[in-house]
Amino acid sequence: MASRFCTESWIREGLPSFFPLPAVRICEWPDHWLRGAQLAGLADAPCKTTEKNAVANNLAIDNAGRESAEARLANALVGFKLRDNAFRLLTQTAAWTVLILLGGVIASLIVGSMPAIRAFGLNFLSTEAWNPVTEKFGAMAPVYGTIVTSLIAMAIAVPVGLGIAIFLTELCPYALRRPIGIAIELLAGIPSIIYGIWGLFVLAPFLQEHVQPGLISAFANVPVLSGLFAGPPYGIGVLTAGVILAIMVLPIVSAISRDVFETVPAVLKESAYAVGCTTWEVVRSVVIPYTSVGIIGGVMLGLGRALGETMAVTFVIGNAHRIAPSLLAPGTTISATIANEFTEAVGDLYTSALIALGLILFVITFFILAISRYLLMRLHQREGL
Amino acid sequence: MAIYDTRRRRSKFYIGLCYACVATGLGWLALILGTLLFEGFRGLSPAVFTQMTPPPGSEGGLKNAIVGSLIMTFLGVAIGTPLGMLAGTYMAEYGRHSKLTLVVRFINDILLSAPSIVIGLFIYEVMVVKMGHFSALAGSVALAVIVVPVVVRTTEDMLLLVPDTLREAARALGLPRSIVIGKVAYRAARAGLITGVLLAIARISGETAPLLFTSLNNQFFSTNLNAPMASLPAVIFQFALSPYKEWQQLAWTGALLITLAVLVLSVAARMLQVGRPGK
Repeated sequence: MASRFCTESWIREGLPSFFPLPAVRICEWPDHWLRGAQLAGLADAPCKTTEKNAVANNLAIDNAGRESAEARLANALVGFKLRDNAFRLLTQTAAWTVLILLGGVIASLIVGSMPAIRAFGLNFLSTEAWNPVTEKFGAMAPVYGTIVTSLIAMAIAVPVGLGIAIFLTELCPYALRRPIGIAIELLAGIPSIIYGIWGLFVLAPFLQEHVQPGLISAFANVPVLSGLFAGPPYGIGVLTAGVILAIMVLPIVSAISRDVFETVPAVLKESAYAVGCTTWEVVRSVVIPYTSVGIIGGVMLGLGRALGETMAVTFVIGNAHRIAPSLLAPGTTISATIANEFTEAVGDLYTSALIALGLILFVITFFILAISRYLLMRLHQREGL
Repeated sequence: MAIYDTRRRRSKFYIGLCYACVATGLGWLALILGTLLFEGFRGLSPAVFTQMTPPPGSEGGLKNAIVGSLIMTFLGVAIGTPLGMLAGTYMAEYGRHSKLTLVVRFINDILLSAPSIVIGLFIYEVMVVKMGHFSALAGSVALAVIVVPVVVRTTEDMLLLVPDTLREAARALGLPRSIVIGKVAYRAARAGLITGVLLAIARISGETAPLLFTSLNNQFFSTNLNAPMASLPAVIFQFALSPYKEWQQLAWTGALLITLAVLVLSVAARMLQVGRPGK
């Protein structure tokens, strides 16, 4: 029987393009379609017990029985098609929803920050003042704090993270690889509030008593550095926030660098060893150049995390709206300002200024993350070739 | 020979530095977990689970915060998982080579590491402002927004690991794709899909920033989804920054509970993944 449903495109849809299609048009319902329909519970099974029965039943469905079987099959296939299209549409809608989520985030931030943008314009970015009483708001201090803490974090986390990745891929005995890798990844899984509370009660007092006085006296007579490490050791401040962020970002950097280091073909490394390179020379001249794109991607990903991190920073930064030259002084970051002040903000302009800060943060991290993902994606494509 | 010695010494030096890096990383982990276990277990008692958060300066527990966290985490996962799974399914099954998949994958990866406080602002604008008050429901939705990208990512990855021959075999029986996906692909990838959900739960159980101005906090026991609700992270945030000894102790205990939950979830997820290749 000629089929309305048995079009070539319907078959083609599910198969890879190289799959050979029958040259002859299928004119009868093949048996395995029927069986497929039975398996899915969409068509009545002619038999459920033994193969013997099945054969008998199949034989029984001739001329007269055939008509009704075909009708049932046609119905089942309509059901198949409906279900399939519905499910496809459902999943496609879900995929669109992910895009809509991002669009929603951007749109709501823009709408929310409109009052502040209208009131301050571009001056918002270049004003340091933050005064809820006179309703004068500027984003410079939080933006400065965000960038400086993230830079401190990256300055510590990148070398240490790369060191760990080199250890894990080049030096580590095979038996230790997994446990140490897992331990580093566990560090990544600990929620940021835990880092925050640890930073507040353990790291800040430790830095205040043992590290900061030493830094202050050590750099007291060095021209530029004396300005960076000046003033009383508060314990909490920009430097402490940077250190906590470094601990948080470290596992991200090391996990990604380890993954990209593992993509270096063994042949390359072995040839370098064969011409007499030392382990360090292999790492520096073969492994790192080969994976530089991936490393930069991983570093950017870590930077994106550091820029947006909220709780760990909020605990230890001190929440002071000013740009102090000293790294030991309290400061603030965008996310810390929002977390600390949002629920207490009175007045539309105050709230709107905080949302505008959120918008700035989102735009910065969006671009950093986009670049990072692009670089990592390019690496995977090369790997795939 | 002298040059060779210098090269070897340099190599030894840098390799020594690598060892130092590993020691630093593991040292930090040990320090954080050590302090947390010490301070947390010191305050752990049955009262933590049976009493409410206390007013300043008196003893109490974390019952309302624990229950609040459980409710909102559950709702967040319940809302976010189906959406994430369906989107991941589209990317791995129907639209494997479509442009939409490329774009969604890119955007999803960005959402995955987007600052969670911005998600909080988004839900504040969309739900809290519209409803006129803070609510546990808004908190759950904020958590769901964080769950979605995690689940999308793992679902896509895990479905792509299912061999195409399995799908082709099922198709050859005449099954439509929706049934191939439901009864073959999902089943083959089941362990991986569960891993994704576990990871998502681990991720949101410690999230604080998106809850601060969606579900706010509540000193009292509440299961009303339409009212502010306490959550462990929000209580930790409030108590740790307070000057009261009892509150600080409760903050440590709460932090310990969260960390234990997250560690158990990550280990469970990892064990599921380890069990996979054998199948």
